[in-house]
Amino acid sequence: MIRRRKTMPRLMSRPDTGNPSRAVFTRRALVVLGAQMAALGALGHRLYGLQVLEGDHYARLAESNRVNRRLIAPPRGRVVDRFGIALASNKVNWRALLLPEQTNDIAGTLDRFSTLVPIEARDRTRIEREMRHKRRFIPIMLRDFLSWDDMARIELNAPSLPGVLIDVGTTRNYPFGPLLAHVVGYVAPPSEKDVTGDATMALPGMRIGRAGIEQTQDALLRGQVGAVEIEVNAVGRVMAELSRDEGRAGDEIALTIDSGLQQAVLGRIADQSASAVVMDCRNGEVLAMVSNPSFDPSLFDSGVSQAQWVDWTNNERTPLINKAVAGVYPPGSTFKPAVAMAAMQAGTLAPTDRIFCPGYLDVGGTRFHCWSRYGHGSLTLKDALKFSCDVFFYEVARRTGMEAIAAASHAFGLGTHLDIEVPHTRAGLIPTPAWQRGRGQHWNGGDTIVSGIGQGAVQVTPLQLATYVSRIATGRAVQPHLIRSTGGRLVEGTDPAHWPGLDMPDAFLMHLRTGMFAVVNEEHGSAPMARLGIPGVQMAGKTGSAQVRRVSRALRESGHFDSSALPWEYRPHALFICFAPYDAPRYAAAVVVEHGNAGAAVAAPLARDIMTDTLTRDPANRKEPPGQVVAEVD
Amino acid sequence: MNFQKRLLRAEPNFRLLAKLWQVNWLYVLLICVLAGVGYGALYSAAGGSAHPFAGPQTIRFAFGLVMMLCVALTSPRVLVRLAWPLYGLSILLLVAVLRMGHVGKGAERWLIVGGMQVQPSELAKIALVLALASWFHRVSYRRMANPLYLLPPALMVLLPVGLVLKEPNLGTAVIIGTVGATMFFGAGMRLWQIALLVVPVPFLARIAYAHLHDYQKARITTFLHPEGDPLGAGYNIIQSKIALGSGGMWGQGYLHGTQGQLNFLPEKQTDFIFTMIAEEWGYVGGIAVIGLLMTMVLGGMLIAIRSRNQFGRLLGLGIATNFFLYCAVNLSMVMGTIPVGGVPLPLISYGGSAMLTVMFGFGLLLSAWVHRNSRFGEAVTDET
Repeated sequence: MIRRRKTMPRLMSRPDTGNPSRAVFTRRALVVLGAQMAALGALGHRLYGLQVLEGDHYARLAESNRVNRRLIAPPRGRVVDRFGIALASNKVNWRALLLPEQTNDIAGTLDRFSTLVPIEARDRTRIEREMRHKRRFIPIMLRDFLSWDDMARIELNAPSLPGVLIDVGTTRNYPFGPLLAHVVGYVAPPSEKDVTGDATMALPGMRIGRAGIEQTQDALLRGQVGAVEIEVNAVGRVMAELSRDEGRAGDEIALTIDSGLQQAVLGRIADQSASAVVMDCRNGEVLAMVSNPSFDPSLFDSGVSQAQWVDWTNNERTPLINKAVAGVYPPGSTFKPAVAMAAMQAGTLAPTDRIFCPGYLDVGGTRFHCWSRYGHGSLTLKDALKFSCDVFFYEVARRTGMEAIAAASHAFGLGTHLDIEVPHTRAGLIPTPAWQRGRGQHWNGGDTIVSGIGQGAVQVTPLQLATYVSRIATGRAVQPHLIRSTGGRLVEGTDPAHWPGLDMPDAFLMHLRTGMFAVVNEEHGSAPMARLGIPGVQMAGKTGSAQVRRVSRALRESGHFDSSALPWEYRPHALFICFAPYDAPRYAAAVVVEHGNAGAAVAAPLARDIMTDTLTRDPANRKEPPGQVVAEVD
Repeated sequence: MNFQKRLLRAEPNFRLLAKLWQVNWLYVLLICVLAGVGYGALYSAAGGSAHPFAGPQTIRFAFGLVMMLCVALTSPRVLVRLAWPLYGLSILLLVAVLRMGHVGKGAERWLIVGGMQVQPSELAKIALVLALASWFHRVSYRRMANPLYLLPPALMVLLPVGLVLKEPNLGTAVIIGTVGATMFFGAGMRLWQIALLVVPVPFLARIAYAHLHDYQKARITTFLHPEGDPLGAGYNIIQSKIALGSGGMWGQGYLHGTQGQLNFLPEKQTDFIFTMIAEEWGYVGGIAVIGLLMTMVLGGMLIAIRSRNQFGRLLGLGIATNFFLYCAVNLSMVMGTIPVGGVPLPLISYGGSAMLTVMFGFGLLLSAWVHRNSRFGEAVTDET
């Protein structure tokens, strides 16, 4: 090791000369200093880049950091019927919230709260979960739909419930419940899929339309979302409000539905699995659209339980499906006027032509039976409609061909997508050889024959049937619609003149109408039970009994065939279409009773009662139906 | 024989008051200005209040100022003798902190001594500078060429570096290592020796890396790239850049920096204090602070160059470099250039340990200035 020498200072008498250390140090220190200055200079340059050159970019980021836009959900527009009766409105919902930051003893507060207002076990786990995930100044919902008594108890005990506050929100209210569930639809909280797409979906209490008018008119009903710009700090606490835009309330939508008539129709249907549509046949306004059984639309607001859902989806009577637009049924004999129109237009049938019905028709080695084993004898079109002779229409269909029948059917609205304001409508089907080829199968002559009586692959919806009979009655291409006005403005189409005439000679339509008149009102007509009891007013109609499975010849010929002895799901559907008054058509109706067995015996009387009610209902002096007095928020 | 007598015998021309006059008051003024900037920034960091940062920090600064002046008046002969005990103490504390220290945010480790937090790594920096300066003071330029004379100081550097790495605190370890290396350079280590050391480093590193286990490699990767963790270090850097950018050229105004005042800025009173200053005062304020720091480094280096003894020179170089590294690492960190944390901005950031050690360091620097013409025990030649 080196030892310090006592003599050394003396050697250093002259300043620095002969000491290379200092010179070396000075040089090297200057190098180090240069490097240090360069490094700090470079940092200064970098600071210039960050603050001045890229400053705008980062300033924008700072703004988005600081300013938080909070959206305000505007009140959802009401849905009312044609007389202004609320079908969907907003109901005040008193809720108890807990602000965790205002209490030191959350568990104690919860316990004391639950002695006043019970909290279900399910809610309790939800509350505990939210408590873990949310920041302490964000309120947690303890219970909603508090009664006045609940609120009084909470307010009275407020001192022992620190952090508990009562808050008012809104929920959607459906005064008629299941009655209009299929038409009006329902709202539900947005799913995760919706939330990612649109910021407004994350709003607390946000509901979006999931079915019916609520779904298709969601944008109008929702209105314009408002926004508050607030300054927040890094943990999200509100520091100041910068600007406020209240947004615009959703539009009120008035439907063409007459809620009183709707109630009457549902009351008449009672517990049958059925669908009925009543239309103003002059302008296409749907006055009643019933699909039974139905469901309670308010259940969707808070989430449907698994058991309820399984119950609905397993029900063979399909309560969730709007049968009026999404139920497809073979039209059976109600299809015959369309076939007749096709034949008259194609020139294969003159109104005076007679066809002999021996009770069957042999085509290509196959025998097609009439519903009457003994036959109807020689018939004109009017009588064929009146007796609903099958052989007559087998022959007419054979002569006319399926393309012409399909064209006429489509012109009547059958087998087409009708532009109605509820979702999930089905088009049904008028089969043609081209369609059959598309499926890779051969179209047989027999397919045309069975289609001629509305069997086989032919499928239509009750709404299509109502449209079809409206068009027969008025000769106008009316489109069914459910909305009368939005935001106070009438929609187009309430005036009958809006609708163009059908491309069909009125004389041909007249033959159909007289045939349908005979069905109801003449001796031996097929639907005498459909006669109206109102003096001076007659109804024209057509029955239909649509088989849902093939009846074997052996069974038919055994003479013991009785469809009412079949299990429910194998019985034929019962259909009836009608319009009234006959001499000045105003209303049209279509009724389909699923597996109702016989159109004449089941559907016709039902249609008669519906039409009677429709005709006797004078809109000018009807009373407001009771039962929708609820607190409403607009 | 009392201290003052010995002092007067060593420097007969100095009386204590005269010595005080010799203190570089311009440099002291610079230190006070920087501390003033720190006070203003801490006042703003507390949302416009002296509590809880600015007030306590001022008391610490006042204490540090007195300590600094005491050290400044201390003769280098005494300091040389203090070097070894201080170095030994710092090593002991480093071992102690590994054994029973508290781990704070990130990897800073501290001990609690009499209710005060002590960061041994801070003390180790100053102790190492003092020890190296004492060592090289006694090695003549000729002997510097002999690697035997470089081996003990090299071990003196590696020991604290190793201990700090084990904490693990990469940032401080790098600073200690760099301060040590700079002092070797300034002490006159031959360039060929430096080349011999530096050239093989990349190859050795590669060979060593190849022999590491996968989990060790992964650990190194996360050590070097914390931005792989966007909610951790990455978040801080992003918010810091946003704050700098929102400051712009002229700043958002004192007490009106949104990022800082709304707490988006993390650690705004410690590591990210510069960001807050630059947000509120803009580029103009930021560059002024950088200019002030540059002046401090420049002054320190000039003091070192002016000294006529190797101890003073190396002391000055070590202290100035240490101060520079603090500033450079902190500024690079807040501007997102290098991914380390836990290095405060000296004199401005809130914190006791760093403040006191920095002031102690400035005391040494000023002592080098006061005693710049003193000659003592320096090995000019190596003849025996």
